[in-house]
Formats: sequence, C-alpha cells, structure tokens
Amino acid sequence: MRFSAFKIFKEGLTGNKGWTPHWREPEPKPSYDVIVVGGGGHGLATAYYLAKEFGVTNVAVLEKGWLGSGNIGRNTTIIRSNYMLPENNPFYEMAMKLWENLEQDTNYNSMFSQRGILNLCHSDPQRDAMARRGNAMILSGADAELLNREQVRELCPFLSFDNERFPITGGLLQRRGGTARHDAVAWGYARGADMRGVDIIQNCEVTGFHIENGVCTGVDTTKGPIKANKVGVCVAGSSSRVMAKAGLRLPIESHVLQAFVSEGLKPTIPGVVTFGAGHLYISQSDKGGLVFGGDIDKYNTYAQRGNLPVIEHIAEDMRAMIPALGRVRLLRGWGGVMDMSMDGTPFIDKTHIGGLYFNGGWCYGGFKATPSSGWCYAHLLAKDESHELAKGFRLDRFIGGNMVDEKGQGPQPNLH
Amino acid sequence: MIINHPLLGPRDSSEFYHMGDAVLMDRPDPEAENAAEQFHDYAYLRDNPAGEYRELWYHEQGDRSWLVVTRDTLTHEISSVELAREVARAQGRSK
Repeated sequence: MRFSAFKIFKEGLTGNKGWTPHWREPEPKPSYDVIVVGGGGHGLATAYYLAKEFGVTNVAVLEKGWLGSGNIGRNTTIIRSNYMLPENNPFYEMAMKLWENLEQDTNYNSMFSQRGILNLCHSDPQRDAMARRGNAMILSGADAELLNREQVRELCPFLSFDNERFPITGGLLQRRGGTARHDAVAWGYARGADMRGVDIIQNCEVTGFHIENGVCTGVDTTKGPIKANKVGVCVAGSSSRVMAKAGLRLPIESHVLQAFVSEGLKPTIPGVVTFGAGHLYISQSDKGGLVFGGDIDKYNTYAQRGNLPVIEHIAEDMRAMIPALGRVRLLRGWGGVMDMSMDGTPFIDKTHIGGLYFNGGWCYGGFKATPSSGWCYAHLLAKDESHELAKGFRLDRFIGGNMVDEKGQGPQPNLH
Repeated sequence: MIINHPLLGPRDSSEFYHMGDAVLMDRPDPEAENAAEQFHDYAYLRDNPAGEYRELWYHEQGDRSWLVVTRDTLTHEISSVELAREVARAQGRSK
C-alpha cells in the first residue's frame, strides 16, 4: 500500500475500507543474517537502511514492548544540527539532510516541520560563544545565523527582553531546525522496513546472548532462541542492563529526563526557542499544546518518572523567558530513561565480542539523530566498518583519551 | 525524594548534589602494575544497576557532608543512609 493524495481521495469515496495494517506481525524465524535488538526509532531506522541502502533484508527487529514504546515516543521532537565538535556536527547535519527527505523516502507523513530553532543569549561572552558555534556549524555544512536583539524581537516579540537578571542580547538561529511527529517517525521506518522483508517482532524480550569462543551467534528471547550472524543492540535507556547479559560494563549511567505539554493555545511560539540562562526548550505542537522540557533529574534511575524540583525549575525558567505563559496550565508530564554517557556523546561501534555491535549512549539528544544513527549503524552492521561520520563514536575512546566532550564537563554523566 | 540524613534528619533531595556510584570512594592504587587500566574502569565504567544502588550524595546546601545512600533505581525507595566518613572508617581508612 502506497500513500498518496489520490489514495486518500479514493478511500474517502469508498468508505475507507482499503487501508491495511502498516506492518506484519510475524513469528520469529530460527535464524537471521542480522538481529537488531530494540524496536525504537534508532533500531527501526537501522533495519530500514539495512534493507534499503545495504541490501540486507534477512533481518529481525526484536522489541520487548510494543513498537516505539520507548524514548522515540517520549521526547520533545526537536531536530537540529547545532553541535560544535568535528566528530559531532557533520553526523547531525547528515541526519538533518535525511530528515529533509524522510517523508518522500519512507512515503510516510512524519510531519517534519522546519520551523527553526532559536538559542537565546543573555550576555556578551555568551554571544561570542554563539558566534563561534555558528561558525563551526557553517564549516560542517549546516546553517546558522547570529541574530541581534532587535532581530530576535522581530521573531519572538513575546520574550522577556529586559529581564533584570537575564536580558536578551541576541540569539543563534538555525532556520532548518524544527520538529517532527515522533511516533510517525517510528511508524514510517517500521512500515518501510517491513515492506522490504524485515521481521518486526514485538513483545519479544532478549534474555541472553549466545557467545561461543568470543563470538556472538544468536540470542535467547521470550519467544525462544534465535540464531544470527550479527546482533546489533540498540536499546538506549536500557543499554547497561542488556549489555550486562553479554558481560559488558559500559561508560553509561541511566538518568530520567522529564517532558511536558501544556493545554492547547492559539499559535504563540513560531519555532523552537531555548533559554540561555537556564535549561529550557519550548515549542508548540500543531495541536496547540506547548511542548517543553529542561534538564535531567541528575540522579541514576530506571523509573520513567521524575521529581518535583526539576518541574519547579523549568516553570521558573519559563516565567523568566516568557512571562505571558505564567497562567498557562500544565496538561501532562512524563519521563524517559536516558543513556547518559561519560562525555555526552553516543556510541556506534563493534564490541570486543565478534558479531556483537552496540549503539547507545544518546544522552537526551537521540531523537534528532534517528536517521543518521540508523544509517551509520546499518553501515557498520553490513560492512563491518564504521561510517566516515560516526568514527568518533567508539566504545573504547576513553582508553586513548579520545573523548568527544561537547560541553567539556568530564566524566560526570549528570552534567552532560 | 527525602533523604534521611544521619545527623540532620529528613532533608529534601534538592539540598543535595548527586555524585554517582559509591565505588568512586575506592580509588585504585596509582602504583599498581595496571594502574592506567584500573583508573579507566574507575573513571569511566559503571555497573548502572536497575534495582539496589549505592550512591554518593553531597549535602551541598546543608552541612556539606558526604553520604552513601542505598536506593532502588526502579522505585526511588531509599533503604539506608550512611555518612561516607563512617563507611570509609569501617574499611579501615581515614583514621
């Protein structure tokens, strides 16, 4: 089934009886060329690109819960490529280019909207740092514009420009940044992978790895053992728990990040806006709800819920940045478990066990990377070598001192 | 979360700063043969358990004591709070 305007028109006239399920619900086969553990955004994107770009179609995606039940359905949907380090930004810019063509590529409406992302600055040194970041972004092929105070005012007149403590002095704008419908991203990749022969097996938890003589030959699951030539783990949020079954200790801690949605409002916020004097990012969904979030709770946890001090902090930031939102009511909030890595940068790499690969450590920036993470992981699984743009994401980078520490915080995961 | 401080009684967790796994108290011996490898594991690798977890909290906005808190990372339930000093002394350190 292919989606098109004509198809919608035809179904509208014939009682919408021709729509079919978007993917099959197969039972696992005894063996596959590649097993992807984890049916989230990155796992499904990996399977999709394995089948579409690298011609590997004998693939299974094993998902413990239901498809897209993890962080792909729990994030604030922000897409940007405004990193600074050379290991990072070309990779995120690759994702941005894939996002720009994703709907045509997957024939699925992921509601990708390049409404722009604006990072505010509140002092001269911060503005200098933004100029530097913007230059780095342009050097890696992304777009960036340094705005002065009046240009910011033109874009977002509702901001608190003369806040006593945090007056706005300008901002860094990436016009190609924006948002997408996160669930639809998972569904689009799942449908595209399924159409190309990938088996997506839900409610199938991996309980162990078959490792013989240092080589991984398959997995044990709640639906029985499955053989595979290659196993790619892709379970950010639970990476430590899953990889512990293969005997690995990871440079990762699990932390919770909260996100929130307000009641629906008329169009208020034109794109994504981030506060420069605290930690707050906010956008408005197509339904009108304000979608926003801030920092992680800063203690290790696997509970998908956070605590009140962070909510209070975010509310304070919001009042400081946009006083007009003072009486907006919170509709709901939720939490997602993040792989916080030791330098704030992810991993896409082989492990020391043959045939076992690892993708994780996305901190709380994994959503925007979904397409390039899937592409680069598929490249690694298909060709056994890292993609050019993911070479910095090695699992053993701390041994040689090759950390990719965008924020310069050192091995303190709750600060990244 | 409320942390029951051994000296000060129940305090809100927002007064504290979370410093990570309590194994960070056990710094490797820099004179050891494989000190570089041990320090790599010490600084960068974590067990990151789902369930009972021993961790360090620093009472930044209080008496500045270091605590070893045993907490369940699935439920946030705290089962014990000790002064890090006492834990170290029990190991024969910091006499």
